[in-house]
Amino acid sequence: MANIDQGTHAITLQDVSKWYDDFQVLSDVTLTVDPGEKLVICGPSGSGKSTVVRLLAGLEAHQSGTIRVYGRPVGAQGRGDVGMVFQQFNLFPHLTVLENLMLGPVRAMGTSRRDARDRAMAYLERVRIPEQANKRPGQLSGGQQQRVAIARSLCMDPKLMLFDEPTSALDPEMIAEVLEVMEDLARDGMTMICVTHEMGFARRVADRIAFMDGGQIVEVDTPEVAFSAPKSARFALFLDKILKH
Amino acid sequence: MITRIRLSVALLSLCTLAACSAPVGTWGWYVIDPFTPTGWTNIKFLFRGFSSTIQLSVLAAVASIIIGLVVALPAFAQSRWLRLPNRIYVEFIRAIPLLPMLFWVFYGLPVVLRTMGINLSIDPFWGAVITLALSDSAFTAEIFRSGIQAVPRGQAEAAQTIGLSRAQAMRYVILPQAVRRILPPLANQFIYIVKMSAFASVIGMEELTRRANELVVTEYRPLEIYTLLILEYLVLVLIISAGVRWLERRMNADESR
Repeated sequence: MANIDQGTHAITLQDVSKWYDDFQVLSDVTLTVDPGEKLVICGPSGSGKSTVVRLLAGLEAHQSGTIRVYGRPVGAQGRGDVGMVFQQFNLFPHLTVLENLMLGPVRAMGTSRRDARDRAMAYLERVRIPEQANKRPGQLSGGQQQRVAIARSLCMDPKLMLFDEPTSALDPEMIAEVLEVMEDLARDGMTMICVTHEMGFARRVADRIAFMDGGQIVEVDTPEVAFSAPKSARFALFLDKILKH
Repeated sequence: MITRIRLSVALLSLCTLAACSAPVGTWGWYVIDPFTPTGWTNIKFLFRGFSSTIQLSVLAAVASIIIGLVVALPAFAQSRWLRLPNRIYVEFIRAIPLLPMLFWVFYGLPVVLRTMGINLSIDPFWGAVITLALSDSAFTAEIFRSGIQAVPRGQAEAAQTIGLSRAQAMRYVILPQAVRRILPPLANQFIYIVKMSAFASVIGMEELTRRANELVVTEYRPLEIYTLLILEYLVLVLIISAGVRWLERRMNADESR
């Protein structure tokens, strides 16, 4: 395969493979994402979609192939350049919402406490929960917690935001408030990779949709193509299943 | 409240025990009767051991927690060679019985130090502090390790994605949560230290047990004196329990406020 020009892309994955012992979770994944692009990754469980974003976040290591984020290896990014939103929120339960947001800027970037606080409040406004600033995460609803988690990443001024099934752990009535915040972020031009089964969100926001199965990227389409005429039978079957209900 | 009830129950049962045996003539409470001059002098003599037992226990516990934390942290290093000292320390120290270790530190350590050209005499108090701290630190280290392991992985991952280094993640995210979890087992260890401090009597430290021993030698009333000694430790331990419960309540309130 020809080498991908790494200069202009936000992300390049080339022939990336990863094994857990004998089990291969990713085989020869090749993918590029441009700055400002919104990519949705979907696929059945165990297809390797979470692994892709976890590799990009530097949370796991791969065994072969190359990964570049803005032209540099994953470990060589600036602190907080790659933001990550988890399915389980992973807020820090012993800190208040405001302290959750300030921790990264104060400790990792050396921002003054006052600047970090102003910034944190600005982002809390943006995710529409400034009134919860002094509560602990345990006192918030799931939707509120996830919005705090998004704000916490944004406080680090990331160049790329990764979402690993951000609405899968939420009660149905809270999914919309989180998706709204994400759409807001998309409109502002953030580069986003989102693992999700929210196909309505994908249709509205995604520039492209990647379908993964068995550790491979089966196809990458624009939403129009994906929802009207998917190329592979597997993708068609998958869409059929999740769109039916 | 519960503490108070438990204390009264304990005292009551001991008194009942004493009362039941009184007719047989085995007890002679006069030796620690606060209403006779000799009894009162004896009680004051015994109670003067409290301050050394408390000082010894608190110092040993604080040192044990510091050593334990320092020993526990390398257990989370990525390199096997950094993890190794943790295992060796824990397995080795944990295997030494307290009494031989006390003898080794008090009688042996100054000799070893002298051969290394260091002239340091260790008095009974510091000998006991060092021994208790070392002996207990292996357990404290394991408690820290289990507490740190109990914090969900997602916490460290989230810390990493907001740019914290591994050390910062440990300091600001993992440890504060681990400490809340390990408070009960740490309290357990503190109680253990208070009780084990009785061993310091054998190297001549004037704490509660030593004073009881000395009084027994002059008064020939071991049963009464050791009964009071047990009550002295009971009071200390119950105070610690109450303190820890208060601390736990405060921390829990903190988390959900």
